[in-house]
Amino acid sequence: MSPWDRVQMARHPERPTTLDYIEHLFTQFLELHGDRYYGDDEAIVGGIANFEGTPVTVIGHQRGKDTKENIRRNFGMPHPEGYRKALRLMYQAEKFNRPIITFIDTKGAYPGRAAEERGQSEAIARNLREMAGLTVPIICVVIGEGGSGGALGISVGDRLYMLENSTYSVISPEGAAALLWKDSNLAQKAAESMRITSYDLKELDIIDEVIEEVQGGAHRDIQKQSEAIRDMIRRGLGELNGLTDDQLLDQRWEKYQKLVPSQLL
Amino acid sequence: MLKDIFNKKKKYATVTKQEERDDVPEGLMVKCPSCREIFYRKEIEKNLMVCPKCDHHHQITSRDRIEHLMGNTFEEWDEDMVSENPLEFPGYLEKLDKDREKTGINEAVVTGKGYINGLETAIAVMDSRFRMGSMGSVVGEKISQAVERAREEQIPFIIFTASGGARMQEGVLSLMQMSKTSVALERFARSGGLFISYFTNPTTGGVSASFASLGDYNFAEPGALIGFAGRRIIEQTIREKLPDDFQTAEFLFKHGQLDRVIHRQDMKQVLTDVLDLHQVGGGVR
Repeated sequence: MSPWDRVQMARHPERPTTLDYIEHLFTQFLELHGDRYYGDDEAIVGGIANFEGTPVTVIGHQRGKDTKENIRRNFGMPHPEGYRKALRLMYQAEKFNRPIITFIDTKGAYPGRAAEERGQSEAIARNLREMAGLTVPIICVVIGEGGSGGALGISVGDRLYMLENSTYSVISPEGAAALLWKDSNLAQKAAESMRITSYDLKELDIIDEVIEEVQGGAHRDIQKQSEAIRDMIRRGLGELNGLTDDQLLDQRWEKYQKLVPSQLL
Repeated sequence: MLKDIFNKKKKYATVTKQEERDDVPEGLMVKCPSCREIFYRKEIEKNLMVCPKCDHHHQITSRDRIEHLMGNTFEEWDEDMVSENPLEFPGYLEKLDKDREKTGINEAVVTGKGYINGLETAIAVMDSRFRMGSMGSVVGEKISQAVERAREEQIPFIIFTASGGARMQEGVLSLMQMSKTSVALERFARSGGLFISYFTNPTTGGVSASFASLGDYNFAEPGALIGFAGRRIIEQTIREKLPDDFQTAEFLFKHGQLDRVIHRQDMKQVLTDVLDLHQVGGGVR
């Protein structure tokens, strides 16, 4: 599959969302709402749940399934209150020593007036720093589009996995084409040169593992797809289990400091 | 064509006599974009590139800012670290070469340490003349290393930001510099390190949404453009015209995002005061 094909797959209208996977991967999921400052951003969902006997905190971007839901959820593009809700739930996870599992699926943080007024930059930046210091394991799974800072805002952790046909990029291929060549029709070319597919990121050593998708894409068999994700989360938690706080934070720090192209070393 | 008859395009151009042009060396005069007054460059340089008439803060180079703050006490770190086109993006290396020649610096940030009025601190100054100050692997690496050295040497860290955001030609690697720098700052914060973030024009996108917003003290220069998303993108998205002061330092201040907006003439004194107040008790552990 070409990178452009994978972009289409990541954006497939029937592609499973965070809540779909939550239903298949966890029991006793209890959604929690609000950032305690301003409101409840439905572009990010979060709560507590049971993963194979372990209490966990789950957080993810949430797209809508139809127009009505998409409007309510702002097409999965969060405002600052979404990131602040996520952080509130992550502090709670740390307090009760629960691992955190996040699902990344957004075109990006919402570019809007209110978002700027309430500090979109600060909300994302704070999450990046605070996630670096949480003393519980954090596992992040990119399930659809991983769009720029808006994706990053809930994806600093100990393990970063990507579904095979998901993407992770600094800007959408359309946006890149418009910026670089002043022509958003060159999106396909941009998708190819920007290295945004799961296999590209694995090769660049940015992600830990690619989670293979079922034949024809994740939406063809969500049950089976969830099993593959479950295996990976179980493996990740197993590897992180039993580390002391210092070991966990040191490993996380090293993971990010080594993100240097080999040419610089 | 018939319509050409109505289209009175000038068939000639006026060129100043060579001698006249030679009389005015390039860059001798500066026109303030804000009040449109014309000044001798020297006059405005003496004023730290602030317009003597309307206080408009012109761009100041990273070298000049460091010179003003630290004089000859500045010791540069990682001066020779250069980008190597990790994604093999066509035409990228040529663009870097051009900017190196134009600016005399190797990348969009200068890092090091020195003394501000006798107080030791690490410093990073971004330079928007170099690839719009965009953050690629080298910018992220230099900043992270500066933070790490500040932690080891137990000195404060000050950054002057100026950046259009991520560097497109380094794709997702440039995105990862957001987390890398933030992770470095978390460790610095945990060790009790003092971090002052100073926004200058412009600070947007991935830089605004990572280290720039994470200061113990967040300061900005008057009129600086600061924001996450670009103005045009927002206008297209929400389909309304934005106020003139949208995403200026003053706008952010009004919305509680900044501690202070500081005139450049006061920059050195404010930084001195903050550093000084962290010398007694508290401060760097």
